[in-house]
This record gives sequence, C-alpha cells and structure tokens, in this order.
Amino acid sequence: MPFESLSERIQMSLRRVTGRGKLNENDIDEMMKEVRLSLLEADVNYKVVKKFTADVKEKALGEKIIKSLTPGDMVVKVVHDELKSLMGEEAVGVTYRGNGPSIFMLVGLQGAGKTTHCGKLALYLRKKDHKKPLLIAADIYRPAAVNQLHTIGKQLGIEVFDMGTNHKVNDIIKNGLAYAKEKGFDLVIIDTAGRLHIDDNLMNELKSIQDNFHPDEILLTIDAMMGQDAINVITSFNEALSLTGCILTKLDGDTRGGAALSIRYLTNVPIKFIGLGEKLDQLEVFHPDRMAGRILGMGDVVSLIEKATDSVEEEEAMKMAEKIQKGKYDYNDFMKQIKWIKRMGSLKGILSLIPGLGSQLKNIDIDDKQFANLEAIVRSMTAEERKNPELVAKGFSRRERIAKGSGRPYTEVNALTKRFEDMKKQISMLSGMDEEKLAQQMQRGQMPNYQSKPKKGKGKGRGNFRI
Amino acid sequence: MGLFSIFKSKEKKKEAEKYRIGMEKARSGAFSRLKKLFGSHNEINEELFDELEEIFVMADIGVDTVVKFIDELKNDARVNGIIEAKDLQPIIVDKMFDIYLKGEVVNSNLRFNPNGLSVFLFVGVNGVGKTTTIAKVAYKLKQEGKKVLLAAGDTFRAGAIEQLQVWGERVGCKVVTKPEGSDPSSVIYDAIQIAKKEKYDVLLCDTAGRLQTKVNLMKELEKIKRVISREVEGAPQDTLLVIDATTGQNGLNQAKAFIEATEVSGVVLTKLDGTAKGGIVLAIRDLYNIPIKFVCLGEKVSDIEYFDLEKYIYGLFAEMIDEE
Repeated sequence: MPFESLSERIQMSLRRVTGRGKLNENDIDEMMKEVRLSLLEADVNYKVVKKFTADVKEKALGEKIIKSLTPGDMVVKVVHDELKSLMGEEAVGVTYRGNGPSIFMLVGLQGAGKTTHCGKLALYLRKKDHKKPLLIAADIYRPAAVNQLHTIGKQLGIEVFDMGTNHKVNDIIKNGLAYAKEKGFDLVIIDTAGRLHIDDNLMNELKSIQDNFHPDEILLTIDAMMGQDAINVITSFNEALSLTGCILTKLDGDTRGGAALSIRYLTNVPIKFIGLGEKLDQLEVFHPDRMAGRILGMGDVVSLIEKATDSVEEEEAMKMAEKIQKGKYDYNDFMKQIKWIKRMGSLKGILSLIPGLGSQLKNIDIDDKQFANLEAIVRSMTAEERKNPELVAKGFSRRERIAKGSGRPYTEVNALTKRFEDMKKQISMLSGMDEEKLAQQMQRGQMPNYQSKPKKGKGKGRGNFRI
Repeated sequence: MGLFSIFKSKEKKKEAEKYRIGMEKARSGAFSRLKKLFGSHNEINEELFDELEEIFVMADIGVDTVVKFIDELKNDARVNGIIEAKDLQPIIVDKMFDIYLKGEVVNSNLRFNPNGLSVFLFVGVNGVGKTTTIAKVAYKLKQEGKKVLLAAGDTFRAGAIEQLQVWGERVGCKVVTKPEGSDPSSVIYDAIQIAKKEKYDVLLCDTAGRLQTKVNLMKELEKIKRVISREVEGAPQDTLLVIDATTGQNGLNQAKAFIEATEVSGVVLTKLDGTAKGGIVLAIRDLYNIPIKFVCLGEKVSDIEYFDLEKYIYGLFAEMIDEE
C-alpha cells in the first residue's frame, strides 16, 4: 500500500497533538522532527523535506492555529494542504491531437516498467476515452522486449506493431504510424528502450524521435522505489525531452514513493498516472489531494467509490439488489459478486481506502486466494445446485462430493453452505419486516446483514470468510 | 585507522580503476560537494555536520544509518580533539569502513560446493536487472573455468524466458526452460537433474521479480528453495538479492522481506554506472548484516566485479582522496 509507513509515522506524531488545547513551539518542533524523519525514510528529496518542514512550521506557528480551539487538527490540515500543494493541486490529464492518431511515447530507465505500462495505459485509455490504441515496439536493444510487448498486447487484445530488431527506431515508428493511419487507429503508444539518463547516444535517439514525430505526450515512467537519485533522472530526461508527465510505477508493496512528493515540486513535471500492481488493469489517474489524504491515513473514499462504479454496471447491481430482497440469491449471484470485487483489485488495496483502516491493516496479510478457494467450491457444484442452494444445504453426500471435486476440506464447504443459508434466512426476515422493526433491531446493535457480504468479515478476521 | 591512506599507493589506485571509472557519475553530484564543503569550512561546527548529513542522506545510505554515523563522527571529533575540518576527512572514510565491516572479516566470495553442483538463486523485485545479472555472473564464472547452466525460473513476466535464452546464447550457456506460466519450481527441478547428469559445476536460477508484499509470490520462493535443498545437499549455496543502485529506503524493506522468506546470503548491486550512489548497500549491511557480493558497473556482459569495499569507497571518495 502506498505511503503506508509514511502515513503511520505522521499520524503518530500528529496524534500527540490532535485534540490538544494548546501548542507551543516545542511541540511543533518535536512534531516536525518526526515528519522530517518519516519523509526522508520515504525517499522524499532532502531539499523538499527541508522546505516542507520549514513551511509547515511557519504556518503552524501562525496566530490562527495557536488561537484556534483545536490546534492539533489545524496542524493536520496545514500538513495536508502543504502535501497537496507539493504534489500539484489538480489532477492533470492527457492531451490528444485533433486530426490523425495521437502519439504517446514512454521513456525511462531500464526496469522502470515501460513495456508493462504501455499495455496498462493502452487498456486504460481504451476503456476511459474509447480510444483505439496501437502499440509500437521500438525497444530494439533489450533481449525479448518486443516479445514481451506482444505477449501483453495479446493478453489485452491490443494490436502491436513491430519490425523486429534490425531496423532503425525512426523507421519502425514511421511505418507504425502509417500502419495506424491506414487501419484507423487513433492512438499510438511507443515503447522505447530503457536507458540511463547519462547515455548520450540513446538520449539523442529519443530526441530524434521527438523531432521527427512530435509526440503529444512524452511520459517518463519512474519507479516509485527510487531513492534520492530520482530527481537527477527526472531532471535530465526533462532537460533533454521536455516531458509532458510522469507515470509513477510499482507504487505497491511497501513502497512509500516519496518521489511523488518531490517530482512536481522540483521539476514542475506533473505525475499523470500511478501504476499500482502487476495486473494490467492496475493503473490510476494521480490525484494529488487524494494522495495527500492517503499519506495522512485519512482514507480515500472517492477512489473507492470510483473503483466500485468502474467495476460494476449499475443495472447489474440493481438487478442483484432486487434478487437479494426477494430472497432469490443463489450461488450464481455469489460468483458474480466475487467477480466484481476481484475486478476492483486486491482486497487489501480496497480496504486501505476506507478512512481509518489504512494503518490498522499494516500487519495483516489478506490472502486474496480465499476467493479462489470459494470459487473452486462453487464451481464444483452442478448447475442445479447453484440455482437451488438448499440442495447443497440439505444433501450431505452432495457436500462431500463438492469437497472432493474442489479439493477443499469438507469443513470449508460446510461453512460456506451454512453461512449462505443463514444469510438467506436473515434476508427473508428483513424483507418481511417493516421499517419500524428494522430500526429497533438496529438500535439493539444488530446490523441487518443484507448488503453484498463478501467484503465484510474480511479485514481483521482474515480467513474467516463470512457470507 | 589509516585505511584512508591505502589509496595513496599507485598499485591500489590502478586496481580500483574500474570502480573509479564506473562510478564517475555516481561520485559527481552529492559527493563532489564533499570536497567543496571541506574547502569552505575551516572549523568543525553544527552547520558542517548538517551538510554532511544531507550529503549522506542524498546518497541513499539510509536515515537511521546516517544519524548513527553522524553521531559517531561528532563523538570521534570530540574525543580526538579535532578542530579543523580537514582532519575530519580521514575519519569519515574510516567510519564508512566501520559501518560495513563492523569489526568482522567480510567474505564476499561465492560459497561453492566443494563436492559437486553449486546452486545460486537470484531473487529481487521487478526491474532491478536480475536476468541481466545472471548472464553477467554466468560469463564471469565461465571465464573462471566453470561449467554453467541457467534455469529460466521467471515464468511469470512476459518475455522473461526469451530474454534469458538470448543472454544464454550470447554468453554460451545452456538455458533450461518451460513454457510461460509453468511452475517455477519444476523448471528448477528439471535444471538440477540436467546439471547433475551432465556434470555442471554451477546452476544459476532466475526467479520472477516480485514485490515483497505479495504473499503468494513469496510462498512460491519458499517452495523453490525447498525443492533446491532437497535435490542438492546444502543448496542453494548462495541466495543473492539483486538490488538496483537507484533504490531508496525501500531497499531496506525489500531486503527485510526477502531475508524473512529465503535467507538471503548476499547482495548484487546493479546499475552503479548511473548517478545513483547505491548507498543503500551500506545500510543493508549495517542493519541486516548481509554482505555485497557483486557490483554491476556497466551494460556490457563483462561489466561485473566481485565487490571490494576498499574499491567501492574509493569509487565514492576518489576526488577527496586523490586531492590529498
């Protein structure tokens, strides 16, 4: 989860002051020390850290805060606002050209994730902006790079143009563009070879691509795990090519990605996208305000909602709700819901967006494999059983067969069917209940369990999959 | 004390030439400021220490290690009654050695199996250059007269198998492969059988780059290790964590996660020919006691060297030392 430890440390130092009645300069100095260390640990550039802590201190010492009733909360707000302004206030989108195919070019160091992000970006823009993308394989140096792009293209159903590795890069791109025009592609994404920013020959190659084809976007892919040197890399690429933006990759794992904080501030190149995982659909637009919230552990509800609406068609969701209310929920619906959740990304990722949960999730391993196990069980049911859950609930030998078929222990099958039945009972009770009764029950602390359950019951009691 | 003066001798300088050239870019930037810093300060003061701290943090040495380092430096200066800034220089270099050596003799050689096949496992996150590193190590060991086999254990990343095959051809090593998506343990199992039958000296195993928090991928790594140790006694002889010199503090998390999953026995530092200083290896050694075994100083297959602390530190401080 991005920024996990960073947010934790800042939260810890902030917790000491939130809710406090009065703050003196010492309190703030203490806090800034923590903030400074945690930012440095997160690989934020040293100079940025210096300026950041100085700015926050100055504002925190301002009259408004000292005199406000909850100075601690005000400090949190100052930190949040400063973080936001460091990363650039607004999300910045991509630009397309009006006539002919738009040209995007991805550049960066070796191993930053260019080839993968060509695929991710193409998929994302196809989905969001309804583009018809063509990938051009212009990395003729790294062994098997062309091959890798083809594999990715195949996975996504996106066409890849290549001419092997024996042609000049400019020729490949020229032919690729002609091909795109002929076949009606409206976006080409060029995968270039990774290179050190100090390699003059290869940098000149990029410049010549820029001069010949005038890409609409030149995006630098940069590894979120990069340390203090990130800024040298960005500066040299930017000086040579005048970048239009960055894609911050590998912002998962325990990566704190302090580079995100430094990039905009020191170079004025906006971060446009963040790559969050190994799956090809794990790419997001970079929202500075949301990221600031995430850093401070305030959660990111907006992203969560967006993710949910992205993954689930509204109409489908309505249908499902109706079914649930009528007590007709069966294993087929259950499978559909699992699919929706899986589409949203890893569970831990989803849960981390919920305010307040982020820091609690730190030491919990949520095994997404649980889903696979549940799916295996359901897949071992016959079509009839899926439609009529009670068949499974009542038939001992059916459950035994399912356990054998799915390779899961019998107890697990039992648990699933038991909970499934319990839930159905509750739902039918609920739908038969009027609103008054419902309110009474809620007051007694019994939450009516009738929403899409698979999400609940995870979190802390991992492995305890409750329906 | 006195390591500082080692490099005054001409032979030593010549030996370290590859590091000096390879790390030229790494040295520029932060470390060239050291020279200026000592030029502008005559006396030791807080400001000087602050700037030193900045320089070392910028070299990715790691906040904890740097804070400790600066504290010790201050202490030494006080104990030895040092007032002039320039007298601090040799202490800085010596302290660097201390961080790494911790009073031990650090052996950066690979641990070969004296009675037969040695298996070396390469692990690390995506994009640090594992596959390329394996080719370089294969080349080096071949030059030392070893018969080397490669196993394409990265069956996850698109194109990884082909990439190793191309490298295998270039360095003249056989590569054992299975189709993409196969169980990596089974690829390595097959490779071990072939290596035993055809009497290879060394087997180098590639693995999928994995971000260290992915539970399943880490489990896969544990399984690979189990298979290897079952098939060859005492193997893997070395498990090498490949780290990119540009990696920041996240390198520490990486090291920790991999140590927990697979008992990493050494580090390979790649891409040291860029502007990054690779200071992270000092922190890894300081915090986790893992030695560095190789450094990669360029893109050619021969651009790999056994790690030599003296040369690395010379590579970082060449200007300051040569100046004397």
